[in-house]
Amino acid sequence: MDIFDILFWFLSFVAVGCALGVILSRNPINSVLFLILTFFAISGHYILMNAQFLAIVNIIVYAGAIMVLFLFVIMLMNLNADVEPQKGRIVQFAGVLSGGVFFLVLLAATKSAASQQMVKTPTDIGLITNLGKVLFTEYVLPFEISSVLFLSAMIGAIVIGKKEPHLHQTEAR
Amino acid sequence: MLFLNFNAAFIIEKAILITVVILGALVVAMYATWAERKVSAVMQDRIGPNRAGPFGLFQPLADGMKLFFKEEITPDRSTRFIFLLGPCLAMLTACMTSAVVPWGPDYITSSGYALRFQVADINIGILFVFGVVSLGVYGVMLGGWASNNKFSLLSSIRAASQAISYELAMGLSLIAMLMMTGSLSLREIVSQQHGFWDIHYFSWNFFKQPLAFIIFFTCALAELNRTPFDLPECDSELNMGYHQEYSSMKLGFYLFAEYINMFVSSAIMVTLFFGGYNFPFMDAVQEAVPGLAFSAICIMVLLAKVVLMILFIMAIRWTLPRFRYDQLMKLGWKSLIPLALVNMLITGAVILWIGN
Repeated sequence: MDIFDILFWFLSFVAVGCALGVILSRNPINSVLFLILTFFAISGHYILMNAQFLAIVNIIVYAGAIMVLFLFVIMLMNLNADVEPQKGRIVQFAGVLSGGVFFLVLLAATKSAASQQMVKTPTDIGLITNLGKVLFTEYVLPFEISSVLFLSAMIGAIVIGKKEPHLHQTEAR
Repeated sequence: MLFLNFNAAFIIEKAILITVVILGALVVAMYATWAERKVSAVMQDRIGPNRAGPFGLFQPLADGMKLFFKEEITPDRSTRFIFLLGPCLAMLTACMTSAVVPWGPDYITSSGYALRFQVADINIGILFVFGVVSLGVYGVMLGGWASNNKFSLLSSIRAASQAISYELAMGLSLIAMLMMTGSLSLREIVSQQHGFWDIHYFSWNFFKQPLAFIIFFTCALAELNRTPFDLPECDSELNMGYHQEYSSMKLGFYLFAEYINMFVSSAIMVTLFFGGYNFPFMDAVQEAVPGLAFSAICIMVLLAKVVLMILFIMAIRWTLPRFRYDQLMKLGWKSLIPLALVNMLITGAVILWIGN
């Protein structure tokens, strides 16, 4: 058991444990915090795979921006454990049943899948130079199309936000 | 997969370096509080702190003692754990950025071992800084929310939206500079700015990308919650802001984290735009003095630049009035981001033109 294995198992336990914390904790704020920890553990895995760029972008985008917006919404709606809606018996039963069936399907799928040995030689594909070259040469079309998609999403958000033109224009963010 | 090879000497060297850097940051931040009072006093024609020690130099120690001995109060309806977590996160993220700053050039010992004055030379140095900066908002947000106080919550929401808005312009302004340097590693960027005068032109990035610096600096002020962007602690609207319910050293952590942030972000700005530890005629100096002395001079030069930067930020605080919140958002989204984009385009065009 070398240091790589120790780190791998530690990060895996943190990731799975925190992911469980997300769905098991009653308070939505705690769920968000657990999710942030999960992202950190996943970033740690990226670093172990020598994909430093992906690791840091994962933190900047997910932990740094998206989860802040999640927190925003939860804080503004003042959700907490007291007002969490309680589902009825039948809905709970149906949820457990469908989840269990899905778990069975997953289990069957992974059981029959051929397990491949993980490549343990160091690769540099996750470093930013190589990633940039691949993105802007081999995959330039999908890359550009997806960025146009993001742009349209942004414009859409602004259009929805500007619903009432007759009002005095306050800050359109 | 990553090859991990640690040995004891490496770990000890890094541990010492981290301790020295963090302690240095704490001391500088401590005296930044003193300097802030002196600067404001000079600018307002007052004397400033002059009771504790010569020139009031022991004032920060006295303040720290006072904060330690104050009664610690946790609000009755607060979320206790997150209430505690807030100041800790603020302090942690403030200290973390210092890991990637190169404080001086390598010193090669006689046995050929290179002593590095940088905690971690990672090839994504700047992105690491951005990652930590984007996490910095959690300390404020969680603290403000957990206090269970309307003013704190409003202030933390303000802080978060301000931070997110200005992070964008900050990143965009840096892209123009990164297109020139072609590297994200802070060490690489500093070594490209060697000396002061290259063959044709200044070697410091500030002279190549002045607009990027102005945008970056403005955004850094906003990220630091410094005047004119200190809306989160705007006392005329929000009493004290997100740390209203905090007392004793937890309040001290928040206030102190701000000064550490100021120190580290000054160091980052100096590294990116003002040549880091480089100074004019450094080659001549390097030949004249022994290696370790040269490293020491370089570190001193970097610290001197950082102090100048901090004094400049302080002078701005005591000069400009605070923005209104909508003006702040307008400046961020409608001026700085388009400016940064235009700067990026022009830089790209110039690089293409020179390349051909």
